[in-house]
Amino acid sequence: MSIIGKSVIRQESYDKVTGRAKYTADYSSRSLFHAKTVISTFAHAKIKSIDTKEARSVRGVRAILAGEEFPLTGEEIRDRPPIAVDKVRFHGEVVALVVADNPKVAKQAASLIKIEYDPLPVVNSPSEALEENAPLLHNDVSKYEKEEGVNPIPKSNIANHVKIRKGQKEKGWSESEVTLEATFGFPPSDHIAMETRAVTAEIRPNGYVYIQSSSQAPFMIKKLISTYFDIDVGKVVVNTPLVGGGYGGKASVQLEILAYLASKAVDGRPVKMVNSREEDMITSPGHVGLEAKIKLGSTSDGCLKVAEITYLFDSGAYSDKAVHLSRAGAVDCTGPYCIENIWCDSYSVYTNHPYPAPYRGFAHTEVLFAFERAMDMLSNKLEMDPLDLRMKNAILPGDRTPTQVKLNRSTVGDVPACIERLRKIIDWDKEKVVKVSDHIIRAKGVCCVWKNSTIPTDSSSGAILTFNEDGSINLISGVVEIGTGTKTVLAQMVAEKMEMDIKNIHVQMRVDTQSTPEHWKTVASRGTFLAGRAVLAAADDALCQLKEIASVVLRADVDDLVVANSRVFLREEPELGVHFREIAYGYVYPNGNAIGGQIIGRGTYIQRNMTHLDPETGAGKPGPEWAVGAQAVEVEFNTRDYTYKVIKAVSVLDIGKVLNYKGARGQVTGAMSMGLAFGAREGFVFDEQARVLNPQLRTYRPVHYGEHPEYIVDFIETPHLDSPFGARGVGEQGLLGMPAALANCLSIASGVSLQHLPLTPEYIWRRKEGL
Amino acid sequence: MSLQSVILHVNGEEQQVTIRPSETLLYVLREKLGLTGSKPGCLNGDCGACTVTIDNIPMKSCLMLAIEAIDKEITTIEGLKDTPIQRAFVEHFAFQCGYCTPGFIMNSHSLIQNHPDADNGMIKNWLKSNICRCTGYEEIEAAVKSVLHEKK
Amino acid sequence: MLAFDFDYYKPSSMEEAVNQFKVLKRTGKSPMYFSGGTEIITLGRLNYLYADSVIDIKSIPECCTMDFEHDNLYLGSAITLAEIEGSDIFPLLSKVSSEVGDHTSRTKITLGGNICGDIFYREAVLPFLLADSVVFIAEEDGIQAYNINEIFNEELKKKEGDLLVQVVTEKKYVTAPHITIKRQKQWESGYPVITASALKINSNVRVAISGLCPFPFRSREMEETLNNRSVSIDQRIKLAMTKLPEPILSDTEASDKYRLFVLSNVLHDILQALEVS
Repeated sequence: MSIIGKSVIRQESYDKVTGRAKYTADYSSRSLFHAKTVISTFAHAKIKSIDTKEARSVRGVRAILAGEEFPLTGEEIRDRPPIAVDKVRFHGEVVALVVADNPKVAKQAASLIKIEYDPLPVVNSPSEALEENAPLLHNDVSKYEKEEGVNPIPKSNIANHVKIRKGQKEKGWSESEVTLEATFGFPPSDHIAMETRAVTAEIRPNGYVYIQSSSQAPFMIKKLISTYFDIDVGKVVVNTPLVGGGYGGKASVQLEILAYLASKAVDGRPVKMVNSREEDMITSPGHVGLEAKIKLGSTSDGCLKVAEITYLFDSGAYSDKAVHLSRAGAVDCTGPYCIENIWCDSYSVYTNHPYPAPYRGFAHTEVLFAFERAMDMLSNKLEMDPLDLRMKNAILPGDRTPTQVKLNRSTVGDVPACIERLRKIIDWDKEKVVKVSDHIIRAKGVCCVWKNSTIPTDSSSGAILTFNEDGSINLISGVVEIGTGTKTVLAQMVAEKMEMDIKNIHVQMRVDTQSTPEHWKTVASRGTFLAGRAVLAAADDALCQLKEIASVVLRADVDDLVVANSRVFLREEPELGVHFREIAYGYVYPNGNAIGGQIIGRGTYIQRNMTHLDPETGAGKPGPEWAVGAQAVEVEFNTRDYTYKVIKAVSVLDIGKVLNYKGARGQVTGAMSMGLAFGAREGFVFDEQARVLNPQLRTYRPVHYGEHPEYIVDFIETPHLDSPFGARGVGEQGLLGMPAALANCLSIASGVSLQHLPLTPEYIWRRKEGL
Repeated sequence: MSLQSVILHVNGEEQQVTIRPSETLLYVLREKLGLTGSKPGCLNGDCGACTVTIDNIPMKSCLMLAIEAIDKEITTIEGLKDTPIQRAFVEHFAFQCGYCTPGFIMNSHSLIQNHPDADNGMIKNWLKSNICRCTGYEEIEAAVKSVLHEKK
Repeated sequence: MLAFDFDYYKPSSMEEAVNQFKVLKRTGKSPMYFSGGTEIITLGRLNYLYADSVIDIKSIPECCTMDFEHDNLYLGSAITLAEIEGSDIFPLLSKVSSEVGDHTSRTKITLGGNICGDIFYREAVLPFLLADSVVFIAEEDGIQAYNINEIFNEELKKKEGDLLVQVVTEKKYVTAPHITIKRQKQWESGYPVITASALKINSNVRVAISGLCPFPFRSREMEETLNNRSVSIDQRIKLAMTKLPEPILSDTEASDKYRLFVLSNVLHDILQALEVS
């Protein structure tokens, strides 16, 4: 291999450092109208009245939408009115929408809409939602239209219940000599992509709907707008330029629905909407919260026998992706361990909080925080080294996962190898706590991680390679360039496969659902796998076509031809051949006769042998492979005031073949940074009325420059045989264990068990003081 | 006097533009001059994505009125041409989605111009003004230090 | 983006500014002085404040001074916090300023804006409270000088239409031993849980605090207790903690109880640092 693994710079690099890279909100035209929301100031209330009179009188206002019933929306359960009717269910919910000539008028009119609310009692946490006599967010969730496989409990706040039943828990408990039971939790939070969501929608006179959106899921927008509003799916055309960060947040469809309705209200004129930061944080979907209860049983020498688990995912006011999150959290409900008996109930629970989108790691970071913290607590009880306990129980080829998939060397990465490498890198076998000065100690904490995807069994991806007359190639894939660099990696794959210079491969960054083959969604670390397979198939297809035409020109059997350096030539006599440029647009004989035509390679890939989960046991094959890893955090902790600084963060990940080293490393360190911020600082603060008190970047603070630790990243490369070049997912893995490792580390440092996020000095102080 | 015709000096060019006094520089740059390289991220001075330089000093263009910028030299990312810091950001993989990049580059460029001898403390003090959500900052640190190092 | 319009005035003298304010007021307008303008822009965006005319004071020469004259330091209200941070003219103030917001924001935030703003931390006032500075305020009938400790009580108690022009500080305070400590909710960004600044004058420690209450303050009572060297530092702090103003803040940054815990540690560090030196 020559270019696979190399740190090829991303294709759109120079656009991004010169300000020429364009994102959705950068496109503008004088014919656009602009829409602005009015959002709820209450988390749960009846809407008594909406007075739009004054707002309507503002010059330049074209339409105001409020109080009107539109089709209910939601990806798995259709429980969400695009604009609230009669009732609001979370702080930030859209109550009215103003369409106006320009953003200023829209905003001015929006501020003149007067809404009277009648507050209702709120549900401020998942456990409150399950209390007897808890207010019901939805009168009867089971009455809503829903996808197959969703399991709501009628007349409750439970939108979905997933069961994992592996082995027999009674047997597990009877074999256990040491048990641990503990609860864990954290509030909902947000992705904080630097680009807030933006969209433009237009309905043409012929009924075509054109949407431009900063989305990770343009094809899902197409599908859902078609479904919700009963439009022929081919008449919905979505395009997505570069996206300024997604992390899962832009995989949900929300703002697009509003923009469509706004356009409809003004006779189909194009309408642009750009979220304010505040709306992006609380109105558009965020990061799920969780309450967890974990019971572990083990032999006295640390052999895990049973895990009994309850996960209450904070679904917020509407279920949307929370249903799927509760499913993904169940599928990999433990850490990467072989446990014979597993009993897990995973629920998606309605509360009066903002509702969730996917978030990098898709329920795995969340579940691993609870489970991996429990593992450290168990190791404490067993008086066993936390890494030894993990090593002893590490899941291996031949073992079965919680959903009873029998693993092999290809479908799971090498957990023991990751643990061993980590142990060396962090000098684990030396002292775990070192005194630095009077009040300062250094401490380390560890955890293990794994992740598979749980995307639909029939998720697929397609790719097209069109040739230019100079023999260069245009690469067209439905993967959205959200910052992961996947499209550059796809170009590397084509270059490798065709043995040509990557400079001659031009990647189309934009996705247009009318001309770009579908890629389900740019999520779940599945871009390089699904789109990679599609691209390789397209390259194969192009190679066949190139050889076919060259065989005529060269009067040789196709089997005697070889392709490299943009040429097709005879294996035996490499100097005898044709350059791509001579055949890319058909070959022309000296007398003018022509054969062939433009070379267009096409390829698709659909996931193989995935199954739905059994509703009673959860058994089934959720995704193609498990990427695994071991992670650590080292802090300097102040024993007097409980402040700390993260000195080092370490990831040893088995991501299969590394396709672009610096790109992969950047994915890992970036994800680690996000995971540390989630663990240490981020989280919505709710008041007693369930209102979010910190929906701004000055009160909700991601990691800033200088707060970052030293990152140590190492890769194990156990190939996933189905994947291009043996790669595994790498977009999310760096994040997965950071909160757990940090919590384990700070629990050791502070001497109190820390089971809630975010891990602020105040929280540690409260635990120390027993408050 | 709500609409005014004024002249702004942007990237070495004289631009006549009609503005309202309450319009921020960011809004005027993007919506009236088509300079969309400066990015809105919070409109609250918290994220730094809209950073430009005013007389070579970094400025969050969402915190400045366009009318305040009259008679000043405004430089946006579109005004930087093949500078060492732009090349360094590419070579060091100092961005992913690229949305915070113009702001980071403008701030870093100004730091390098004003303080070619900046130490770690000063680099941190300046660069804390911008948020990057994709990277873990290590590549940005390397990019900025590589240019400062060359300068020394 | 602001949902409202305003007229923009840029007077070149104090008199003109004050007069402009008066004239606008008389014609039923809602004017505001505009220095860095960061709060007008960010709070206005959320409709938390409103103005239909703003008077930019950055062309008034007196507001832009940063100089010593006869052993007094004159600092104009339109000087930016970044300018103060970049100069060594008043080391304690430079340090305090350098911890407000972030560097790029400080190229816009001004001394006057920070002291007179609605966001209640107003940390830049702390050194002046400690230094018994004098503020010059342009009023309708001319410039008036006030001792800052008399006119600043939770906020600068100037009359509507009056303009903070300069803060004047004696050199002996400017060069006195000092320390300032800012503690945030987590790591190094965000509003203060506690910011405490201290000056040592004639072997006595003076302390001013922001973040504890919804206003900055300096308490003589606390200082008396803290300087009572006949008892241990721990005891002094314990006693000083009983003499705090009210209310103690409890918000998304920190609870009231935790703020007190942080304050007691910070006071400890301050006394240690200044008494040993």
